[in-house]
Amino acid sequence: MYRYDEFDAHFVSARVDQFRDQVQRRLAGDLTEDQFKPLRLMNGVYLQLHAYMLRIAIPYGTLNARQMRRLAHVARTYDRGYGHFTTRQNIQFNWPRLKDIPDILSQLAEVEMHAIQTSGNCIRNVTADHFSGAAADEILDPRPYAEILRQWSSLHPEFSYLPRKFKIAVTGAPHDRAAVQVHDIGLQAVRDADGNVGFRVFVGGGLGRTPMVGRLVREFLPEADLLAYSEAILRVYNRYGRRDNKYKARIKILVHETGLEELKADIEAEFAEIRDGVLTLPASEIERITAYFAPPAFDVAVGDEAVLEAAIAADPQLEAFAARNVHPHRAPGYASLTISLKPIGKAPGDATAEQMEVVADLAERYGHDEIRVSHEQNLVLPHVRRRDIPAIHAALAEAGLAEANAGLVTDIIACPGLDYCALATARSIPVAQRISERFASPERQREIGDLKIKISGCINACGHHHVGHIGILGVEKKGEEYYQITLGGSADENTSVGEIIGRGFSYDEVVDAIEKVVDTYVGLRETPQEDFLAAYRRVGDQPFKEALYGTA
Amino acid sequence: MTARLYRAGGFVADEWTHLDDEAELPAQGAFVVPLARFLEQAADLPQGLRLAPLVKAGDDPASLAGHLAALELVVVDFAKFSDGRGYSTARLLRQRYGFAGEVRASGDVLLDQIPLMRRVGFDAFAVVNEPTIRALEAGHDVDVPLYLQPAERAGEVPAGARSWARRPADAQLS
Ligand code: HEM
Ligand code: SF4
Repeated sequence: MYRYDEFDAHFVSARVDQFRDQVQRRLAGDLTEDQFKPLRLMNGVYLQLHAYMLRIAIPYGTLNARQMRRLAHVARTYDRGYGHFTTRQNIQFNWPRLKDIPDILSQLAEVEMHAIQTSGNCIRNVTADHFSGAAADEILDPRPYAEILRQWSSLHPEFSYLPRKFKIAVTGAPHDRAAVQVHDIGLQAVRDADGNVGFRVFVGGGLGRTPMVGRLVREFLPEADLLAYSEAILRVYNRYGRRDNKYKARIKILVHETGLEELKADIEAEFAEIRDGVLTLPASEIERITAYFAPPAFDVAVGDEAVLEAAIAADPQLEAFAARNVHPHRAPGYASLTISLKPIGKAPGDATAEQMEVVADLAERYGHDEIRVSHEQNLVLPHVRRRDIPAIHAALAEAGLAEANAGLVTDIIACPGLDYCALATARSIPVAQRISERFASPERQREIGDLKIKISGCINACGHHHVGHIGILGVEKKGEEYYQITLGGSADENTSVGEIIGRGFSYDEVVDAIEKVVDTYVGLRETPQEDFLAAYRRVGDQPFKEALYGTA
Repeated sequence: MTARLYRAGGFVADEWTHLDDEAELPAQGAFVVPLARFLEQAADLPQGLRLAPLVKAGDDPASLAGHLAALELVVVDFAKFSDGRGYSTARLLRQRYGFAGEVRASGDVLLDQIPLMRRVGFDAFAVVNEPTIRALEAGHDVDVPLYLQPAERAGEVPAGARSWARRPADAQLS
């Protein structure tokens, strides 16, 4: 993984000192809250319902054991013993005190972590496929490019006061696990016929109150042009993006209002002015950054498969775990493992300090010291030997981390909602917990199969409800929480925005409604292999409407 | 509230006076006028009268392209510090149109934004905000002189191996 050199180490620690100074000037009254706000957001500090919240970047979701242990330390020392992993591959602490935050940041800097640009109207933490560098279907590891983008976008002097936040995601595989089409810029690495690396570039995807799927603006952007082209997009957005209404300020609205062709022409014109200039990436630099992400030395041994099979035959829990949480790896004898942060009835994405330490230990012992955070709010050990899976499973089980539900109905994404968030109109975590309890039976979950439920506590859509196979949006109606259900959303290479099925349900009714939707799907699918999306796309919403609202 | 003019090295007297659209143009002196008025009147100026444009967020600096060679000053206005369009304006003036005169930030200019403004090409700051004036007077520089992208300020040099990293020529990694 990427390691800081002297420059990076200075950069991050000097930024901590800078923020310490800003906090002092705020406390001394030299900065108003209005003036302080973008500065603290630049450093990941939100003001929430009960307290400040600190959001720490885990660039493209990759971290090592030492970093995970430091997060555990922060959770234990400055928070209430746990942290919350988010859909943007960050971690949030909900209870730090403002005066402690500079200290937390300097402790993170020691392990090459920071909170820079995890909030605010700037270019946010760049996200990537959580199986990068491991997945069997990958064309190339997108993380070197994510790292280059992370660096270029850090404290960018021209783009630190954009109309609104700006999110970039990168994938290196044809099957998109990074939801690139719902990002402001989505990049899909590809190779041309001669083996040259380039990107398919999508612009203007986003969720929030106006969900939009990104539009393809470049079929093949040569890798050398990555920064120059990104700069062109950002400049067009910075100059022309709307600033009169924050709900219309994302680049998706600019794409929509300007028209794709005209905007594309604007971007290309800007790019033509700056291409072949200082931002062109030299091949040697790409190589140098790529070398940091070289795969570990996989030791391939024969007989590994037999060891795992034998253990599976003897242990039904392990069998369930292997069936759901183990993913194909490019190296023979290896797998990527999902560590579910969705135990039945618990808050999605939460992990205790002790659990973080267990994961750190396992990564060191069995996983080439690598851990990932997925946008589905789970953790991943990307490189483990298949023969070690039984031992890892046993250790996870002891720590309450062995839920065999990756990709199943209880693997729910939920935003913080009314329990923490100042903008929320409804609870979302408790809804996730109740749905999870309703479908607790492992047999039933496996019978239902792959299903993505996503819940947001307000229209800002942090829980990605628009792109859930089943999406749930909490709204407020006459002082009561109501939940709107959308069906048919997806965030993969065939991204689609879900459609609202009908009137919403109360907090008490919503779990029954979800169960009806799920049962309806199971009843009408042609084969157990026909997943929810395929079935929904085949039959439409009518059967679900009937199940929910009767035939009238 | 009158603005105080800061350039590298300290506060200096400002020889330019702001005029709005209505105010009559004196026969002599140095005046900053809104962009549209500048474009109308720049063509035939009497001897002894100097004009500089005030470019607001949303104004297109391309309209100045033909005038820049003869210009001493362009003022870029920040009605709100959080409106970042002025950063692109300054950068275009330097990068695209090769303007070599003074690019001055005016309006809601605050201490913590000045390092960014310098990097996109501003070299003078008309400051109204009291704490910012105090901090600048005390020599409180909040810049972190390590940058991860090329920009417009003269005198920056590559830092280390990366083609995109920069630092001021005179700053050491200490
Ligand atoms: C608790 C404090 C939070 C606040 C105040 C907050 C605020 C917001 C707001 C205002 C938006 C809408 C932006 C727009 O449409 O322009 C948004 C979108 C989003 N947030 Fe959050 N959020 C919070 C937590 C989270 C968490 C915990 C996650 C991850 C689990 C998250 C991930 C996202 C994502 C993925 C989007 C949608 C991106 C898009 O609009 O394209 N947020 N958030
Ligand atoms: S979706 Fe709404 S309630 Fe949920 S975290 Fe985002 S802003 Fe808060």
